[in-house]
Amino acid sequence: MPLIDHLPIFSIAIPMFVGVLMVFLKDKRRKLNKSIGLLSTVAQLTIAVILMLGVSGKLEGIEWTNNINVYLLGNWDAPYGILLVVDRLSALMLALVAGLGMMCIIYSTSLWDRAGVHYHPLFQFIMMGLNGAFLTGDLFNLFVFFEILLAASYGLLLHGSGAKRVSSGFHYIVVNMLGSFLMLIGISMIYSVTGTLNLADLGMKAGMLSENERILFEAACAFLATAYLIKAAAWPLSFWLINAYASSVAPVAAMFSIMTKVGIYALLRVGSLLLPTGAPAGFGGEWMYLIGLGTLFYGAMGLLAEKNIARMVSYCIVISSGTLLTALGMPGVALTGPSLYYMVSSVLALSVAFLLVEIIRRTEVTQHSVLSITQEAFGLEQEKGSSDYSGEVVGVPIPASMAFLGLAFFTCTLIVAGLPPFSGFLAKFALLSQAIKLTQTEIGEVSYNAWILVGFMLVSGMITVIVLGRTGIRVFWGSGTLNTPKLTTREAFPIAILLCACLYITIFVSDVMAYMNYTAESLDNPAQYIGAVFEKRSVTNPLIGDH
Amino acid sequence: MEIIYALAIGILTSSGVWLILRPRTFQVIIGITLISYAVNLFIFGTGRLFVGKPPIIDKDLPIDPALYADPVPQSLVLTAIVIGFAMTALMLVVIMAQRGLTGSDHVDGEGVKE
Repeated sequence: MPLIDHLPIFSIAIPMFVGVLMVFLKDKRRKLNKSIGLLSTVAQLTIAVILMLGVSGKLEGIEWTNNINVYLLGNWDAPYGILLVVDRLSALMLALVAGLGMMCIIYSTSLWDRAGVHYHPLFQFIMMGLNGAFLTGDLFNLFVFFEILLAASYGLLLHGSGAKRVSSGFHYIVVNMLGSFLMLIGISMIYSVTGTLNLADLGMKAGMLSENERILFEAACAFLATAYLIKAAAWPLSFWLINAYASSVAPVAAMFSIMTKVGIYALLRVGSLLLPTGAPAGFGGEWMYLIGLGTLFYGAMGLLAEKNIARMVSYCIVISSGTLLTALGMPGVALTGPSLYYMVSSVLALSVAFLLVEIIRRTEVTQHSVLSITQEAFGLEQEKGSSDYSGEVVGVPIPASMAFLGLAFFTCTLIVAGLPPFSGFLAKFALLSQAIKLTQTEIGEVSYNAWILVGFMLVSGMITVIVLGRTGIRVFWGSGTLNTPKLTTREAFPIAILLCACLYITIFVSDVMAYMNYTAESLDNPAQYIGAVFEKRSVTNPLIGDH
Repeated sequence: MEIIYALAIGILTSSGVWLILRPRTFQVIIGITLISYAVNLFIFGTGRLFVGKPPIIDKDLPIDPALYADPVPQSLVLTAIVIGFAMTALMLVVIMAQRGLTGSDHVDGEGVKE
């Protein structure tokens, strides 16, 4: 096997080994930890990019069925062994995780990795969990990787300590554990009915169930979907999210902006595989649309009522989840490609927003109470002399930091709200134009739903503009009494790079959108995925011969 | 046997649900533990209930699937138990931290109102 066939396992193994190594290195070797953490993300990003090129057929000399890379971990043919599957969607998500992770680590090296212990190993473990969840080809390993990323996220959420974080972290843990139990119940019921956990095998067997088994299967899918919807921040299951995300430290919150998308990914993956053989209405069906509308409404109303800027961004996450659920709940795949584009754009923009929120807080003098607790607890004060923030010590404060911040916030608002000229606008424009196309269909109900989608999206976008615009004006223009925040290059660089990524998908929109549309097509045709999994043969041992 | 088994799962789950709706953190963690037991039993039950059938192949017995229990749910239960334990331990630490920081064992960290 050529090396590129082995790449999928490396994107799980690298963060795992690096994370374990960091635990042994302890926090005393923080500089070393930072460096190998960064190296690990660079390696993951490289792997993800190579895989992306591979699955879109741009590499020479690969022999993957339907351009889908299937990796048999135990060298057992499907459906018996554990396997990893890389298709366009997985490769895209891997690249997003690795890129975002790298930027968050760079940002955190300026201050936040010192606010508690074991920051860097936890960060590697969350990336391992995310990569694994996007790669795995069977249901139970999806659960296992969910748990790995959740366990790491509990640790990261509590990073920095303080009563607020611990309280909201407790709610977060309880809700996610209940979600895990629901997922386990669903998975075991599916196993008892179909006798398989392999996603590709499941896609085939789901169509061959007898009527009694069918009822059990649909109940199981309902359990599973509820669990995924909890992770995807669907209303009313998202009540824990606002406090949890708003109270976590900035780079962690930025990383969390991709976590709700894991739920969306799971719904999309399982739903698309079950669809041709008659998926239960739960996946890709009517009520996902309704839940999406509810989520959009809840997010928009919450956003209007909010005064705290970190919580505003959390509500924006809810809105983006709502938009995705509504769009994916529409029949057909017309909206899937634009939805994926919207997802990438909103993940990037919202992570920038979380990073900015932290710096904006520094303009308000009274806001550093939480930090000062941890400073004493972990001896940050002694390390850095008398300053409130470490900004003075690490790197050089950028002049005109206020101008940079204002510009970044302005760009970010435009993207999140979906105003021209950036990627947010293109994403929403593509979604709306596809939805309006759907309104011209003959079926009455579809056109009705599409108009509602258009209305909700426009109104939620307008609310976002009003709220974020008002906040921006208040923070950057309104008052002359604010401090100029200290901004280090290590903080400005990730923000700039993430915005550049948004700019990249704006400029090269035709290429990116073509990739997304191909992804949507392959999701619509799960025979490709199923075929690739079943045509993959295990490697014969040269010593034993054929087995 | 099925009835007793189902009743055990049902009672564990309902007690667990009642407990996690309580306002004290200790009751919540006991509730979570009970539900996790119920879920583990449920997974175990999805492999069908047998008496005296081994999940691994016995050299002396003939090769006939009807003579063996399904090993997959048992391995799933093992994984779920390990993960459940780890999460419960973590939650216990969080509860203790919350108790220390807020001085209250209310789930929202608020003081007890008499």
